[in-house]
Amino acid sequence: MLLPIIFTFLLAFVMLLLKPQKMARFFKFISVIPLLLFLYLLSYLPAVHYGAKSVFFKNEWIPSLGISLDFKIDGLSMLFSLMITGIGTLIYLYAAEYLKKDENIHRFYCYLTLFMGAMLGVVLSDNLITLFVFWELTSISSYFLIGYNTTEEDSRKSALWALSLTGLGGFFMLASFSLIGMVSGTYSINELLTQPGILVNNEFYYIIISLLFAGAFTKSAQFPFHFWLPGAMKAPTPVSAYLHSATMVKAGIYLLARFSPILSGDEVWNYTLMIVGGITMVIGALLSIFHKDMKGLLAYTTISALGIIVFLLGIGTETAYYAACTFILVHALYKATLFLITGIVDHATHTRDLSVLRGLGKVMPLVAIAAFIAALSSAGIPLTFGFLSKELFYGITTGTIWTQESVFILTGIVLLTNVFLTSAGFLAGIRPFFGKLPQEFKKIQKPNIFLWLPPVVLSFFTLLFGVLPVIVDQTVINAASSAVFGKSTDMYLSLWHGFNIVLLLSIITIVLGIVLYFTIKPSNKNEGRLKGLDDFSPQTIITNIALGIRLFAFKYTRFFHNGYLRIYILIIILFFTGIVGYKLFADVPLRVNTEGLSEFRIYEFIVFVITMIAIYIITNTSSRLTSIAALGVVGYSICLIFVFYGAPDLAMTQFAIDTLTVVLFVLVLFKLPPFLKFSNSKIQFRDGIISISFGILISLITLQALVSPADKSVSKFYADNAYVMAKGKNVVNVILVDFRGFDTMIETIVLSIAAIGVYSILKYKTQDGEKSE
Amino acid sequence: MERNRNNEKLDKTILRTSTNYLLPLLILFSIFLLIRGHYLPGGGFVGGLIASIAFVLHSFAYSPTQTLRMFSIKPFFLIPTGLLVSFLSGLLPVVLGKSFMTGVWFAESVVVIGAFGSALLFDVGVYMVVVGVVLTILFTISENT
Repeated sequence: MLLPIIFTFLLAFVMLLLKPQKMARFFKFISVIPLLLFLYLLSYLPAVHYGAKSVFFKNEWIPSLGISLDFKIDGLSMLFSLMITGIGTLIYLYAAEYLKKDENIHRFYCYLTLFMGAMLGVVLSDNLITLFVFWELTSISSYFLIGYNTTEEDSRKSALWALSLTGLGGFFMLASFSLIGMVSGTYSINELLTQPGILVNNEFYYIIISLLFAGAFTKSAQFPFHFWLPGAMKAPTPVSAYLHSATMVKAGIYLLARFSPILSGDEVWNYTLMIVGGITMVIGALLSIFHKDMKGLLAYTTISALGIIVFLLGIGTETAYYAACTFILVHALYKATLFLITGIVDHATHTRDLSVLRGLGKVMPLVAIAAFIAALSSAGIPLTFGFLSKELFYGITTGTIWTQESVFILTGIVLLTNVFLTSAGFLAGIRPFFGKLPQEFKKIQKPNIFLWLPPVVLSFFTLLFGVLPVIVDQTVINAASSAVFGKSTDMYLSLWHGFNIVLLLSIITIVLGIVLYFTIKPSNKNEGRLKGLDDFSPQTIITNIALGIRLFAFKYTRFFHNGYLRIYILIIILFFTGIVGYKLFADVPLRVNTEGLSEFRIYEFIVFVITMIAIYIITNTSSRLTSIAALGVVGYSICLIFVFYGAPDLAMTQFAIDTLTVVLFVLVLFKLPPFLKFSNSKIQFRDGIISISFGILISLITLQALVSPADKSVSKFYADNAYVMAKGKNVVNVILVDFRGFDTMIETIVLSIAAIGVYSILKYKTQDGEKSE
Repeated sequence: MERNRNNEKLDKTILRTSTNYLLPLLILFSIFLLIRGHYLPGGGFVGGLIASIAFVLHSFAYSPTQTLRMFSIKPFFLIPTGLLVSFLSGLLPVVLGKSFMTGVWFAESVVVIGAFGSALLFDVGVYMVVVGVVLTILFTISENT
């Protein structure tokens, strides 16, 4: 499993080589990549199909930290990865046609492939840290995808919103994972499954789940983090179709589902999910029908659908998990269809305005049929896949596990949600295709086969699974819900439950939905009503908080970052002296043992005198060059001390560095204004006090360190093993290049960055013609 | 620097003559430090610094432009090359089936150098990076003065 994923990532970068001018026709064939992955994953279907079985792929990564690249295919990851690659194939095919005139299409495919690889990584990883890495990769790659139209400010802004929220949530999630790892001693999800009680009964349980919720809710656009999702509409339509149906927002759902068997079992878990999911599904559904932009409308129904899944996971019964898994697939199929159709409509008519679009069914009948099926599925009309999940849904809320009141409340809000969703589905899937074709749309082009085929295929499956649920219910859905439930289940989907309350509710939903569809017409007035809500929306609140933080940061920076190097150094030294000095005198008994010190030798005395003279010159000279040279002398004197006490490596390096420092100073010397007296005697007095107290503090710390008992085991280890393990006699060098070679490598990179910084800053200035005198 | 251009040649005769001899000596010395680093004081970092100082000396005696002329490629490119060498030295054990950056050694020791292994290769990379960094910084600054 590792190889296909790595391969996907590599291919993503290969895409960058496909320049659209020459390689345009290749993009049609790129959909082979997700298709191959789909078939590869499908080949594991027999292995996971019965019960809660799984296939494991072990790869080491950082064994010493318990981090591995382990992958696991079980029912749940199978369901998700089949959706990711299956719908991905259609998206790839569609995008090649949709964006064929785009000159950056190779970049688009690079991002899309990265994104797909990352999503696969999320759903297949068995290791929590690996999961986190892939999770953040999905945030980053979706940032590129949402902000794909880089020239539009709105697009960049939405992308940044999506990245900041999902990225922030990701960090909370990492904190949660770290706690899980700390409490249970493992990062492996598989091992966590074998000891379910260990986390639920732990004192950190509530922290763990609240952090996990932060990650999942931001990613899956749950209230109050739902607002980034409609913004993500700025992405090209194929991306929206992908993000909203099979990927990205479903990642949070996946996370909750994945952790259900491990972390559920406490009321807080269930109630949080039910309340948050419940609010989200009602709000999303309510807001959706007021939109006249097809994409905006669909975005809100996605929010609502995600709320439904979270709500179902919160209920947490066997049936609820089964219904959730079914609905995940149902929603992916009809939502992808509707989005792809929105793209076709947009492409042909250059508008997504529902109050304008009419009668397109005459021009594109096949698309209209696909849209019709998707709308019916979202409304839950019999013989579509959506009907089955809606039946399950009502079956759960009317079930007898709770008190009478809760049954009414839950069924009530579910009914409300479903009525609005039915109406919204009709608005998006039926309204643009029926009625009289307006004059301006008479001459629009018929969509290309690459555009209409994907939604038609998707709607075909919606019908197929609706009529013959046996194809998916035992193979995929049952396996998935078993994985969520933690035990194998023997549920199945059936077309006909007989005449009962559930059927009645379904009929009520459909009737009310149709009534609503005819009462509320998409118009500017309705959309305008939503604007009033903006002042109270979480987005406004968060924006204001962010602006406040920025203002504070600005003021804070102005104060400390005032451009005077001497003030910086002054502040640093003052802080250091204050804090360390306080700690030293308040908490640590000061012990200075003069007996242990070695005798003051004559050549040390000479060096001391030289240093003193040099320091005197530095502080009293009026020439820059002199003071720099004197500073060099101080440096050299310290090198000599190193030599006396047997640290030749250090001394050599210090000699070289001191030489170069002086050279560097001399070079910039000519750029500086003539030596001015910046200070008066008052400032000199102040600086004198500060530097003397700093010097005394450092000396005291050094003397203190000499008498403190030191742990010698580390240095002994290096001394003992330098030759044995690394074949070197110079311990310092062996540590640098061998034991801690990785540090050195990173340090060389830091050095390089410094050099690049100097280079680019100075070059930029000269090129700009700002060469300062 | 403008003010004593006329005397420049005169002033620098001794410096230039000695630099002509010192430059190769210093470079040799830096390589010597680099190679012996694993056993005695020295190593890639110090070696690189000494080599840079040699070039800096040369640029003082002549001019940065003339020093740059001695390089067939810009010293800037020593940075990525050095990083690559270091990285490859870490990758070498991976090819041999050990984990990243494990020391790998030749069975027989080489004349003068002693035991030869990936650690020295790593040090060579550090050496190149240091030379590249120091010269880039110094020459960029001096070009802009």
